Amino acid sequence: MTYRVRMKDPVTEGGLFYRRALMAGAVVLILFLALILRLFYLQVLSYEEYVAKADRNRISTIPLAPTRGLIYDRNGVVLAENRTSFSLEVMLEKTRDVDALIDELSSVITISDDDRDRFAQERRQRRKGRAIPIRTRLSEKEVAQFSVNQHRFPAVSLRGQLIRHYPFGEQFVHAIGYVGRINDREWEKLDQANYAATSHIGKVGLERFYEPVLHGAVGYQEIETDVHDRLVRVLNRVAPIDGKDLHLHLDSELQFAALSMLGEQRGVIVAIDPNDGGVLALVSAPGFDPNPFVTGIDSLSYRALNESPDAPMFNRAINGVYPPGSTVKPHLALAGLMSGVTQPSRKVWDPGWYQLPGDERKYRDFNWHLGGHGWVDLHTSIIISCDTYFYDMANRMGIDQLHDYMQRFGFGQKTGLDVYEEASGLLPSSQWKRRSRKQAWYPGETLSVGIGQGYWNATSLQLVSSTAAIANGGTRYELQLVDALGVMEKRQDLSPQLAEHQLNTIPPEHLKLVRDAMKEVVHGARGTARKAFTGIDYLAAGKTGTAQVASYAQDAKYDATKVEERFRDNALFVGYAPYDKPKIAIIVLVENVMGGGGSNAAPLARRVIDAYLEKNGRD
Amino acid sequence: MTDFASRIHTHKERHNLAWRLHLDTTLLTALMLLMALALGIVYSAGGDSTVNKQLARLAVGLGVMVVLAQIPPRILKLWSPAIYLAGIIMLLVVEFTGAIGKGAQRWIDLGFFRFQPSELLKLAVPMMLAWYFAEKPLPPTLKQIVVALLLIVIPVVLIAIQPDLGTSLLIFASGFFVLWLAGLQWKLVASSALLAAAAAPMLWFFYMRDYQKQRVLTFLDPEKDPLGSGYHIIQSKIAVGSGGLYGKGYMQGTQSQLEFIPERHTDFIFAVFGEEFGFLGAVLLMVLFAFIVWRGLYIASNAQDTYSRLLAGAITLTFSVYVIVNIGMVIGVLPVVGVPLPLVSYGGTSSVTLLAGFGLLMSLHTHRRLLSS
Repeated sequence: MTYRVRMKDPVTEGGLFYRRALMAGAVVLILFLALILRLFYLQVLSYEEYVAKADRNRISTIPLAPTRGLIYDRNGVVLAENRTSFSLEVMLEKTRDVDALIDELSSVITISDDDRDRFAQERRQRRKGRAIPIRTRLSEKEVAQFSVNQHRFPAVSLRGQLIRHYPFGEQFVHAIGYVGRINDREWEKLDQANYAATSHIGKVGLERFYEPVLHGAVGYQEIETDVHDRLVRVLNRVAPIDGKDLHLHLDSELQFAALSMLGEQRGVIVAIDPNDGGVLALVSAPGFDPNPFVTGIDSLSYRALNESPDAPMFNRAINGVYPPGSTVKPHLALAGLMSGVTQPSRKVWDPGWYQLPGDERKYRDFNWHLGGHGWVDLHTSIIISCDTYFYDMANRMGIDQLHDYMQRFGFGQKTGLDVYEEASGLLPSSQWKRRSRKQAWYPGETLSVGIGQGYWNATSLQLVSSTAAIANGGTRYELQLVDALGVMEKRQDLSPQLAEHQLNTIPPEHLKLVRDAMKEVVHGARGTARKAFTGIDYLAAGKTGTAQVASYAQDAKYDATKVEERFRDNALFVGYAPYDKPKIAIIVLVENVMGGGGSNAAPLARRVIDAYLEKNGRD
Repeated sequence: MTDFASRIHTHKERHNLAWRLHLDTTLLTALMLLMALALGIVYSAGGDSTVNKQLARLAVGLGVMVVLAQIPPRILKLWSPAIYLAGIIMLLVVEFTGAIGKGAQRWIDLGFFRFQPSELLKLAVPMMLAWYFAEKPLPPTLKQIVVALLLIVIPVVLIAIQPDLGTSLLIFASGFFVLWLAGLQWKLVASSALLAAAAAPMLWFFYMRDYQKQRVLTFLDPEKDPLGSGYHIIQSKIAVGSGGLYGKGYMQGTQSQLEFIPERHTDFIFAVFGEEFGFLGAVLLMVLFAFIVWRGLYIASNAQDTYSRLLAGAITLTFSVYVIVNIGMVIGVLPVVGVPLPLVSYGGTSSVTLLAGFGLLMSLHTHRRLLSS
């Protein structure tokens, strides 16, 4: 093994370097080509995919809410409108500690305990991904105050939107209903695409029934945003289709008249046009202001409303069922005549009570006179509201025949009013009792039903609708709050609809007898509503009623200190005017009063009718 | 030897102004073209003030380049060990002050200027190694290789613990290229590759910090964390891919202009370029880079002594590493390491260092003793 001393050899070293440099250059070239190959894959082969991804980055589709249709009365008075309102909304997804956020926010904007309370409540039932309002109805000053501090609150956004406003508050709430925030349960059932930009939905009444009409169709705009979600430009826009307006039969002046008549009393006044079923006034008193429900009511106020013994949230006109009492005597009289059970000439001896043959029990005549009325015929028994005559007639008619005739007047069914909440009431029959109580029908029970008591529960809508049928000669129209849809200039009128059950032809002499008796109730010397209608210069017809309280409204809670008052009778009056050419039919029901329908309900009806005829003429 | 003669400059070249200023016209032209493109794309990605600052830095860099080009290679060679030593000392100073102040410390504050010693070492390491091998017969002996590796590893480790993985990688590369060009034996190349493979898990468990591990994991599967650390890669790939064949047009890149690309005027500037100028633009840019690399290797091959050859070759190959690592990162084939696109990315120190390197290259090229014809 030889040990070689290595010497520097410029030529071989130059060659070695040249080879190495060449090799390195080749490697660099190969790597460059590999990068170019990768670029080719990304930019040429996968181009479509990445363009789509880039577009998804920058383009967002923002749904645009349609403007909700307005609600007008027949005179063009706005009953439900949209107002711009600014609210502060919290995106829960963008914050970790909501409570700390709200605390910090309260240093900029006043946030009351009620606000926090309502926020907590809405948080429980919110829709995922939706912001929750912490403050609503901000003043201009508050809007400015928040705006300068916006950068501190990335999870809070200021939202200006049109929200529902009811200028007359509680005065129309039971007639038109109200909207509220969409909750989870509603959201599940909705056409979510169409409601993508909508925060409110009709909860009750017309707002709920006509929701699809009032809401309209969603629009959208495609916008380009940068990485911070700031708007760069609008790329495309499809305008929303606004909801249609509702034009009601309702006359706000008549509504105000009816409201002022009831005053502080609990009760119902519904007036309709007997010629088409259009509802002219619909009052359930007391009412409540629906406006807080739109933005979200705090739980304290809600509890106060919900637990009030006067049950202001209960819609007595639409949901309340009451024993009709004597107000249905004209209807029963027609049934007796049409079925042949009684004749105009037939008289019954009224000793002040009625006994079923072979029964000891005496059924009291509630309109009791000392020693009874003596011999009474049908005409008289309507005027003086003689129970004995109707006990006798009901007994001979039998419950099922009575049921069939009263069904033709619309009892036990919805009147077709354009709301979803209407109650059906109860028109009893032997079949009904067998089915629901598993018991046979007793003849004595027929007697109670024969004077509008017992199992019979009617809604005020049924009473006014059937009275209107007597007024117009036997045609029953479905009750209708809405007269027409669309903007004022291009209204689409809704035609009156006939109800399912009809009275068909009533022999004119029968109709005449009953109507004449109803006229005598108002105008006659012995009429039970005589005093209320003293001095009127038109002819009206009607029937009073004083109903024992069999059951109080279903939602009501009893206040021990008021129990006695709550057991007082309800005063009722049904009627129509003018007598020969009816323009208005009315029901007045006042809950728990001392005295009957003649003194407590009829005077109210008279003033409402006066007001209507004063304005619309008497013929 | 016609081959040899062809490498001799003509008489005409000598009278060229650029030549007298010790500048290589070919390289200078390519660099100027690259920097012009760079300023254009920096403007698109960062706007007025960014491009003005970058212009100032490139001007400083060009100044440094011209000054360095005047220094004869023998002086450079003479000063190489001193520069290397100074660099190491400054690194230690940074390390020391960094240990007192908390967190990553990479620079010395000179009041008007923050000086990063690691930048100096990008040039000092290849200079030192070239100096070391200059007078020795090549290929090197095992002992020489060990010494050389030590000279590389000391600064690489000092920078890696700063921690600055990108820079230490570049410095390691620059030193390794000297070794390679000096004729490092194949079996040693192969065994060091094996050693590196074995060291990788050690690095993972004992050296790498969480964010660095995260980067590697993200590189392996960017979709796993699309909003976190995978975001950079996903967005830059979208930008490049959506550029297509012709690009979206200058200043028209949606990913760039709407700020979806993070670090778009610094490390990820190639994504902006790829989006706005497309595949054709990107290929042209790479051709320009390739041309610069070719010119560097050409200069190295024409150098007349070992020191010049090794230094010129190492500087050039390191430049190509910048390009490959940066573009590879932006288009998702390499993990995210803090390596800028050379002379294109916004950022002062790296541009100045790179231009200084080209200054050395020009000095080596233009100070050759001309053989009489």
